[in-house]
Amino acid sequence: MDNSCYQLLFKIQQLSFTALELNLYLDTHPNDQQTLTMYNKVHRDLMRAVQEYEKYYGPLVNFGYSPASQNYWKWIEGPWPWEINY
Amino acid sequence: MWLYEKKLQYPVRVSGPDPRMAKYVITQYGGPEGELSAALRYLNMRYSMPTDKAKGALTDIGTEEMAHMELVATLVYKLLDGASIEDIKAADAGGYFAEHDKALYWINSSGVPWAAAYVSATGDPIADMHENLAAEQKARAVYENLIKLTDDPQVKDVLRFLRQREVVHFQRFGEVLMDLQGP
Repeated sequence: MDNSCYQLLFKIQQLSFTALELNLYLDTHPNDQQTLTMYNKVHRDLMRAVQEYEKYYGPLVNFGYSPASQNYWKWIEGPWPWEINY
Repeated sequence: MWLYEKKLQYPVRVSGPDPRMAKYVITQYGGPEGELSAALRYLNMRYSMPTDKAKGALTDIGTEEMAHMELVATLVYKLLDGASIEDIKAADAGGYFAEHDKALYWINSSGVPWAAAYVSATGDPIADMHENLAAEQKARAVYENLIKLTDDPQVKDVLRFLRQREVVHFQRFGEVLMDLQGP
């Protein structure tokens, strides 16, 4: 894994953490309009970052939620998440 | 249905192998206040909850706990990675090595295997939500104990992240409880 891969992965970790945190807040505040707006903005930024990542580094999500953008099944290719030396 | 995201929720780093700390940290994998207990407790409780808020919060927090189980597993994996037999014996982790080598297993820091008795479900939504509030506080306390047991700033960093998540979950479950109790 090269440096730009780590940077993109770190960006995805930041955005998806923000989305998760807003998601949990919305679970107990489902009519909070400001949080809904923030959630949708983070969703768009996250999807953009994930698309960019997957172009180079392969599927991030299994079972049809990510495209197979390479001419082989890159999903199984390491390093797997626990093997990455950040 | 669940999907796998090929990433950790938070980067896990260690300064070097430390089988002694691995022996302590593994309790958050397979101990009573660990992440397996948490994930199963919440996901299992969904079926007897009466409100959509409770079902939603338990689904999402239960799912996050599975990601935390992966963080703790990665931490144990990295703390054992590169440790020599001599390191393992010096850390008094030979008993673990004899049965598991460096494979992961659900035990607490004293070697007691995970048991379903760590998880409670009474079917009473108020009692069960109080159970979750207590579980989050106990997990927070265990993470604070673990932070005191290491000098490695990188290990402390991920333990602090996990500790903080317990605080947020406690807050969300508190809001679910207030909603269950009504006005």
